[in-house]
Amino acid sequence: MSKINDLFKTELKVANIGLRSFAEDLKNQKVKVVHVDWRPPAGGNKKMIALLSKLK
Amino acid sequence: MNYGEVGVLLMNIKIKTQKNTYYDSVTLMRISKELKSLEGVEEVLVGMATDLNKELARNLGLSNETIEGLTVNDFFVTVKCTNEELFEILLKKLEELLSKKDDETEEYSPATLESTLKNVPDLNIAIISVPGQYAFAETKKALDNNLHVLLFSDNVSVKDEKTLKEIAKEKGLLMMGPDCGTAIINQVPLAFANVVKKGSIGIVGASGTGIQEASVLIDKFGGGVSQAIGTGGRDLSLDIGGIMMIEGIKALEQDEKTEVVLLISKPPAPEIAEKVLKTAKDSGKPFVVIFIGGDIEVIEKYGGVPALTLEDAAIKAVQLTNIKMKTPEIIEEGRDSLIKMLAKNLNKDQKYIRGLYTGGTLCDEAMIMLSKTIGDIYSNIPLKPHLKLMDPIESKENSCIDLGDDTFTVGRAHPMIDPATRQERLIKEAEDTEVAVYLMDFVLGYGSHHDPAGEMIASIEKAREIMRQKGYEAVYIASVSGTEADPQNLKEQERKLMEAGVVVMASNARAVGLAADLIMYHRKGRE
Repeated sequence: MSKINDLFKTELKVANIGLRSFAEDLKNQKVKVVHVDWRPPAGGNKKMIALLSKLK
Repeated sequence: MNYGEVGVLLMNIKIKTQKNTYYDSVTLMRISKELKSLEGVEEVLVGMATDLNKELARNLGLSNETIEGLTVNDFFVTVKCTNEELFEILLKKLEELLSKKDDETEEYSPATLESTLKNVPDLNIAIISVPGQYAFAETKKALDNNLHVLLFSDNVSVKDEKTLKEIAKEKGLLMMGPDCGTAIINQVPLAFANVVKKGSIGIVGASGTGIQEASVLIDKFGGGVSQAIGTGGRDLSLDIGGIMMIEGIKALEQDEKTEVVLLISKPPAPEIAEKVLKTAKDSGKPFVVIFIGGDIEVIEKYGGVPALTLEDAAIKAVQLTNIKMKTPEIIEEGRDSLIKMLAKNLNKDQKYIRGLYTGGTLCDEAMIMLSKTIGDIYSNIPLKPHLKLMDPIESKENSCIDLGDDTFTVGRAHPMIDPATRQERLIKEAEDTEVAVYLMDFVLGYGSHHDPAGEMIASIEKAREIMRQKGYEAVYIASVSGTEADPQNLKEQERKLMEAGVVVMASNARAVGLAADLIMYHRKGRE
């Protein structure tokens, strides 16, 4: 059985990355959610992002 | 709030900027809308200094060197307004709206997924809605950490989509998207989805509003949903090969709570359709398939039950579960007399339908049904290339417009979040006295506007007034895609529309059917 079927039997615990309203909707439904305070890496500088991702 | 720069006065344009402050686009668009409603404000743009927003500012005549020099992590507000005092009021209001947002999020909110997982290791799914160019990296990170993913972002390349889906398949994870707007997992509506009853119908769909309409109709007919897996619109293309739909079907096969499988997609690439249908057949569970506007023979070949509309799909799926079907409360009795009554107020020269849609798949469904009865339908997302509107802003003869299409959403919220695009469009359409019927969808559920019907009423009244002044009266037909358990409440939304004289039907297919029959009836009367 795949991990998808494990998920179907487990309480949903959500990481929300991006639009905050999605996290708020889940919170209102008492779903466990952590909103990640994401922002564009390296100030959105494409060259810098490419370099950073190579370092990882 | 500390603004990094002093306000700059440019004729009557005022600008404030704030460095290194990130707000997401939906939050900012909502704030923009509230600020625009302040009296005396001619134009306002609130945004992160992305290339797109800078271009928007330029196009609106709201830019200057300060804005041009900002980076994507800087926030700006630029306003065309009549006086200094008003600008101060606007800034105060802005601060209020932004701090309201801050209050709500005082709780734990880490900066990266890695740090989140260190502190909360038992998370099991990620909803990712960052701008497209960053989506691949964030999604890969989530999958590498064994999280299932709903990827809402669009502008992800086919190559990246394929890579992500292959990683997910290898790991046995869900990779819903990109551009996946809707899913219901373990009864939890994710992104744009409705609160539907728990049940035994498992859905895998390549269309967000398609899943929404089918799931609320299943609910309406007395059935329920076990899981609804979104795949993103390109999943059944030749390039992606239906990876997620196939994995979704396999998961539903193993799921004890799922008795019937419902598959929703636009017509897939033929060889992918065969692959997907074979998987469904091998699952051993009865399955209903709607390839909106596509071939039904191939579905029958694999033992599936083909459906012609989303409502038809919902009915057939509920019937296969062997539960007693509920008849929707809005019934078809007296339909003929309703058509006669509606036609009575139409003038001879009123002959066209204008579908103003917020849901792309609902717009598709309308065009497919209408073209079979009333003829060619022009659109910004036409069924055939020659029916493409030269200018999406100008409707022609019978037209159905998908107002959620990229053409209309550059720098603006999707019309399911902010009805302004449709409000403006309806007023514009009202100048055309050849229009007999306006057809509209109202999509409820989480993610959508808190009162989509209520927001349209004033515009419907204004459109009526514009036509009335010329001696014309049009018919308004709508359907509301939602349930009574949705935050907006189906009954409440339907009531608002009915009170405004809108004819409300129980599904999009029924609304379209009524509109088509009314046009045909009126056409005969004119001959």
